[in-house]
Amino acid sequence: MDILLLMILASISLGLVFLIIFIINAKNRQFDDDESPALRILMDDSLSEKENKKNQIL
Amino acid sequence: MEVQKFYYDNRIVKAFLYATVFWALIGFIAGLAIALMLFYPELPEFFLGEHLKDSFGILSYGRWRMLHTNTVIFAFVGNVIFTGSYYSLQRLLKTRMFSDVLSWAHFWGWQLMIVLTWVTYILGINTSKEYAEHEWPIDILIAVVWIIYGINIIGTLFVRRVRHMYVAIWFFLGTWIAVLMLHIFNNLAMPIALNSLKSYSIYAGVQDALVQWWYGHNAVAFVLTTPILGLMYYYIPKASGRPVFSYKLSIIHFWSLIFVYIWAGPHHLMYTSLPGWAQMLGTVFSIMLIAPSWGGMLNGLLTLRGAWDKVRDDPILKFFVVAVTCYGMATFEGPMLATKTLNSIGHFTDWIIAHVHVGTLGWNGFMAFGVIYWLVKRLWNIRLYSNALANAHFWLGTLGIIFYVIPLYWGAVVQAEMWKEFKPDGTLMNKNFLDTVTAIVPFYKMRFIGGSLYLIGAFIMVYNLYRTVRMGHFIADEPAEVVALVKRSKKRNSGEKFHEWLERKPVQLTVLSLLTIAVGSAVEIIPTLVIKSNIATISSVKPYRALELEGRDLYIREGCNACHSQMVRPFRDEVVRYGEYSKAGEFVYDHPFLWGSKRTGPDLGREGGKSPSSWHFKHMYDPRSTSPGSIMPRYPWLMYRRLNTEATLAKMRTMIKLGVPYTDDDIAQAYKDIDVQASKIITSIYSESPDIKEQINEQQKREGKSFVPLEKREIIALIAYLQRIGTDIKALEVKTEQNR
Repeated sequence: MDILLLMILASISLGLVFLIIFIINAKNRQFDDDESPALRILMDDSLSEKENKKNQIL
Repeated sequence: MEVQKFYYDNRIVKAFLYATVFWALIGFIAGLAIALMLFYPELPEFFLGEHLKDSFGILSYGRWRMLHTNTVIFAFVGNVIFTGSYYSLQRLLKTRMFSDVLSWAHFWGWQLMIVLTWVTYILGINTSKEYAEHEWPIDILIAVVWIIYGINIIGTLFVRRVRHMYVAIWFFLGTWIAVLMLHIFNNLAMPIALNSLKSYSIYAGVQDALVQWWYGHNAVAFVLTTPILGLMYYYIPKASGRPVFSYKLSIIHFWSLIFVYIWAGPHHLMYTSLPGWAQMLGTVFSIMLIAPSWGGMLNGLLTLRGAWDKVRDDPILKFFVVAVTCYGMATFEGPMLATKTLNSIGHFTDWIIAHVHVGTLGWNGFMAFGVIYWLVKRLWNIRLYSNALANAHFWLGTLGIIFYVIPLYWGAVVQAEMWKEFKPDGTLMNKNFLDTVTAIVPFYKMRFIGGSLYLIGAFIMVYNLYRTVRMGHFIADEPAEVVALVKRSKKRNSGEKFHEWLERKPVQLTVLSLLTIAVGSAVEIIPTLVIKSNIATISSVKPYRALELEGRDLYIREGCNACHSQMVRPFRDEVVRYGEYSKAGEFVYDHPFLWGSKRTGPDLGREGGKSPSSWHFKHMYDPRSTSPGSIMPRYPWLMYRRLNTEATLAKMRTMIKLGVPYTDDDIAQAYKDIDVQASKIITSIYSESPDIKEQINEQQKREGKSFVPLEKREIIALIAYLQRIGTDIKALEVKTEQNR
């Protein structure tokens, strides 16, 4: 059952890759702000939509 | 503070959206077709009539099942992932996609892959490994297109105008990395020749099974779950106008899911020949999965807190609510089915089919519909043509799911109980497997109604989308403006350490980590290919004879493993019904393994020698002639087609490279051996059933020179294989006082 070794090592490597990515990004302050990103995506930057909204108001 | 003006690319989103809708219909119709064949197996004859025998099986169940699963997974869900991610990535990162050329290469490459999948599967060109049936050139195409998608995402990250990466992006990135690795590992195969589409898995038997279900489970995890969660975290807040319930929880959701999911695969192999501790590992991690799954599910639902009044009016939000609820149900049921108790009942039955359809129809389908309706409004800058029709779609879909899954759950438990039932005298209550099939046919009919409702709903959606698009005006390049991101120096600042510099370079970082995986994988995989496997070998287990090997490839071509398992589990009822339970050492020459995952028909793990060859002949010609009420498809073309033995030697040589101990003598004598074995089978067929001989003689008179002798036809190779399965260790039965 060498394949189990392969599976486990591959799974652990994948886990390690994700762990490294996580640690680096955590140190990079990617996860420091846990409030504003959720709100920020709701704000639109599309010009056509802004114009639409303006038109609606008028 | 420099304000930059740029344009979002909506054309690529539109293309993927159309592809999603198109393949959704095709995939649903294929599913309905195979659901129909399960109680109306004469469907191919209905269309082809007398030509069925010349049809080469293009309408056969075994091939259409893989067309259905692959179309809905890779074409429908695949395309909706790309639709949703191409739209959201641009907005989340405040930039156009990295490269329009890559976007379009991705789009056309993926659609080409799906078309090639249809062509090859319909012609019986497949590897038999579920959701990975593509032969090797298509596998390479998938890998290339997937890498294009990855470069496009990472390139976009590189030119982004927002430093923070929203959680949805994490889900897309995690998906990309994991799918790349799983796809490559599971599809490692050796083509028999570079100009041949035929290949054999480099793994054999139990090892192949483990890799396959490690992949298979993670196809569910990283194609049907994580990217859809990415969509959930973007589109539910957008559609409801509410921020996600807890952003912190969403981050925890992502990282815990990604670490736990990869280990759950062995739960597909409970009670098989896989070592017990590996099965237990799968169970433990499957149960652990409840925590992140339900955390994410609640996070999605609670996003709608205080907005439930909107759900009442907005069909899009209704779709999302039911989708997330189905995600919760499926991710509760999955871990339960991974326990030994429930697995012994549910495995090999329609319970699993019902379980996956809660996930696919409910979670994937309804998320997709919600995203599609929402995007059409945005891309064409208009309201929906009809909210009433969207509501009708929602209710038909929901009813469809209920009518689909409840009959199947019910039927599955009925059938599992019938399999296991004993009479007081210790014999099986339902000796004839067919009785347990005819008992659940009414449930198959109800399931068909459910599927039809779901499809009608999808057609209503198409009409609604068509009218909406006609009304609106498509915005191909949507203008946007944001404040430019203040650039950090590319070079190392004074006093900055190497790693600190590396940390803010996403591309270098990804390349380095991929290199790490590649080197690690090579180090791991080369020894397994070179070193002889240490599976307990059984001396009486021998490689397949040439004719049997050809027969086995026909078994793969016809997709027999879609309905027949080859794995007798160590239960009393299975040992009584089928024979000695399966041992890992029996499968060491099986490239690929053919254990199957569903018993629509009986297990074939000990089929060899059970029925006369003439019975197999008649049964394959028309199963209902030997077994009235059977729902098995007919395979008359096997009776007429000449067996192609051009590649036999190449196949055997490939097997040698993969570690199967054929000798030079075996190869030199291969064609002779084929003739010897074939004529032996013919002799027994003719002696058992002289009427077949008469028919063949008549055919010879009728056809004259174009006549193909019976011993040269495909059916003989298939019978040779069927008569071989599981016989190697039959001779080993120890004689004791009881069985003397």
